[in-house]
Amino acid sequence: MFRKTVRGGVHPCGHKSLSNDSPIRYFPLSDTLYVSMQQHIGAPASPVVRPGDHVLKGQLIASSQGNISAPVHAPTSGRILALAEHTAPHPSGLPVLVATLEPDGLDEWGALNPPSDPMALSPEEVCIRIGAAGIVGMGGATFPSAVKLNLSLNSQIQTLIINGGECEPYLSCDDRLMRERATLIIQGILLMQHAVQAREVLVGIEDNKPDAISAMQQAAQGSGVQVIPVPSQYPMGSEKQLIQQLTGIEIPAMSRAAASGIIVHNVATAYAAAEALYQGKPLVSRIVTLSGGAVTHPGNWQVPLGTLASHFLNRASGFNEKPARLIMGGPMMGIQLPDLNVPVIKGTSGILALTENEINHTNPGPCVRCGNCVRSCPMGLLPLEMAANIRSGELKKANELGLHDCVACGACSYICPSSIPLTHLFNYAKGELAQQQKARQKMENTKVLAQRRERRLERQAKEKEALMAARRAAAAAKKAAQQQKEEA
Amino acid sequence: MLMAVLPLTLLGAFLGLVLGIASRLLKVERSNVAEEIEQLLPGTQCGQCGNPSCGAAAEAVVAGDLPPTFCPPGGKAVAEAIAGKLGIPLDSSAMCDEGPRIALINESLCIGCTRCYKVCPTDAILGSAKQMHVVFEQACTACGKCEDVCPTECISMVAIKPTLHTWTWSQPTA
Amino acid sequence: MSEYLLLIISTALVNNVVLIKFLGLCPLMGVSTKMDGALGMGLATTFVLTLAAAASWMLENWLLTPLGLEYLRILAFILVIATVVQFTEMLIRKLSPALYQVLGIYLPLITTNCAVLGVALLNVQQSHSFLQSLIYGTGSALGFTLVLVLFAGLRERLAVLDVPVLYQGAPIAYIVAGLLSVAFMGFAGLA
Repeated sequence: MFRKTVRGGVHPCGHKSLSNDSPIRYFPLSDTLYVSMQQHIGAPASPVVRPGDHVLKGQLIASSQGNISAPVHAPTSGRILALAEHTAPHPSGLPVLVATLEPDGLDEWGALNPPSDPMALSPEEVCIRIGAAGIVGMGGATFPSAVKLNLSLNSQIQTLIINGGECEPYLSCDDRLMRERATLIIQGILLMQHAVQAREVLVGIEDNKPDAISAMQQAAQGSGVQVIPVPSQYPMGSEKQLIQQLTGIEIPAMSRAAASGIIVHNVATAYAAAEALYQGKPLVSRIVTLSGGAVTHPGNWQVPLGTLASHFLNRASGFNEKPARLIMGGPMMGIQLPDLNVPVIKGTSGILALTENEINHTNPGPCVRCGNCVRSCPMGLLPLEMAANIRSGELKKANELGLHDCVACGACSYICPSSIPLTHLFNYAKGELAQQQKARQKMENTKVLAQRRERRLERQAKEKEALMAARRAAAAAKKAAQQQKEEA
Repeated sequence: MLMAVLPLTLLGAFLGLVLGIASRLLKVERSNVAEEIEQLLPGTQCGQCGNPSCGAAAEAVVAGDLPPTFCPPGGKAVAEAIAGKLGIPLDSSAMCDEGPRIALINESLCIGCTRCYKVCPTDAILGSAKQMHVVFEQACTACGKCEDVCPTECISMVAIKPTLHTWTWSQPTA
Repeated sequence: MSEYLLLIISTALVNNVVLIKFLGLCPLMGVSTKMDGALGMGLATTFVLTLAAAASWMLENWLLTPLGLEYLRILAFILVIATVVQFTEMLIRKLSPALYQVLGIYLPLITTNCAVLGVALLNVQQSHSFLQSLIYGTGSALGFTLVLVLFAGLRERLAVLDVPVLYQGAPIAYIVAGLLSVAFMGFAGLA
């Protein structure tokens, strides 16, 4: 059959060989851990411990609140020093509530009670347990996995796709995970398949990771999980692109994958799910790639959540030269960090220290209308037109051109010969439009409130009027009666 | 001479009559645009624009006495909607958008006089006599009416601090 | 039938009232910044032009010619056109207040749109029948609307582009109008 290939895409230099040969090592505990209450998309978790409390590793320290949220667990045993604000690993650099944890060095697990046979649990029960373990999308999006599984449970999922694409340059954490812990990943995948009752499971891995592919294929033998190599091309690890590559289905604009009967999870999420259900361990650490030209010893480390990036970088490696740019995540979609005083969170797939040579520092020039951004856009949008409209303040027109379908993959910014910050412009416009939407919502609410108040005032005035009239009538009657009496 | 003047006069008179009838039939009571614009406004009658009511403000902006950016509680969204309706270019740089603000009651100064919540157009203040008053963040439009009536000057309009949820990217400078 | 079809094509495209005959350039520059306004203006002018073409034919053939008053033609035509424009203004104000606001001063200025008077006079000059006059008027108006919308589309795109400072605003618009006119001359090959 004729299968449409994935549209657009770019081929940035992978730089994977810097770190993909070094096996995963365990990073030692630091003196203080800063466990963020906001390690996921959605409402922040609310703390259930108080300063001074002693906690065991894996103990719940903050529970989820609201529909879209995830709980947070203690990454090690120790004492809670404080609940205070600390800089968040976020492009804004704003503070976020963190629980400061002083490890006691014992790293003592709390009671682990994994179910005897997780596959015998009902799908709902699996979802609940995955949610309770604080598992979120580990590819970087950090959407609470249980919410995603739950939503898909209601919408007849046919296909579960596991994303082993890892298309971002430099990162190799998923690669190493698949090479070293394929068996547990497959167990996690089967659990997720059970949780959403999917008929088919596809694992897409970019063909620049042959060792990971063979390891996964070996582990998947006889399980019904199909491991399929996909071409190395950015952004192959994006949900919609991976779906199209593996199934030939293109997810329509303004629609979710679940509506087409497909759900995508990351390999690291599957691994975390397996750890949670087979070993009873909640998500308290993750594998982080340390790479970039400015670090002396690139590698992959299993890091306790809450470890400060500065501590991690200094202990695990060191700098060859002064880094020109520090990034949390991948270079295409990651967060540029002003400094390293931020903790590792559940979505931290990598910490990169890039040299002057590795980054683009030319100043933006005028658009030459070369159309490279149009060719590279995986969503088939017109980045140059959208950018021109945003620059002249026509945000609505940009939205009509498909801004809402932009996945902010950064391919257009990467390819632009004039170094125009296209993705930044789109992020700005999306935020601005969302704020306008919010403002309109508030206006509507205000209007309703004002009308209600007016009606209430009117009613009160009428009631007062009626009361006064009644009193006057009563007084008049009294007077009349008195007069009558006097006359009599 | 008469042959030229008469037909034209008659023609003019006839056409004038037609227009007269048409203007009766197509009479517009009040400027519909002003009504449509009033629909866009918050309707709190807060008076920050210098007009006594939102209706009057709508009339003024239609007449061109007010720029479309006149409504502080409405902000950019309302300004854009009005400019779109009137088909006039929007000079958003003229708009001093200081970002969202809300009223904050200084608890140590509040004497519980109840004046503020009586004037609040959105019922955003809760309290009763001699009790501490509180502001509902969601309902407050920072119109400043309470600030004006407070006898102890304990109410001030403060900017809402951005959080990770409300923060958005700023426009790239280049 | 084909005669009338030819008439429409020739008035709307080949002898386009704006780009070939250069009549009615004021609204072309004035109300072409936004697509909505341009379309509204085009439709209003279509309405006026069609009505004016019909009215002026009646005036010419039933009043001016029988009485030998041809020398009062321009005066009488302006009177009729002004009336039609006034009527249109009232109608738009009633039906679409927003469009009324958008068109603003350009709505009464249709009176002085020389395309309207020009078409009425050309009708007389070419001694068209009533139906021919009507089609001539409608065709011209459609051509006018087409050009206005095309030009508004171009200007909307121009507004967001990096135009050199010297050319920003009116200059680049004039250049584009000129190029558009050259492009329309290509339709001469149809005739």
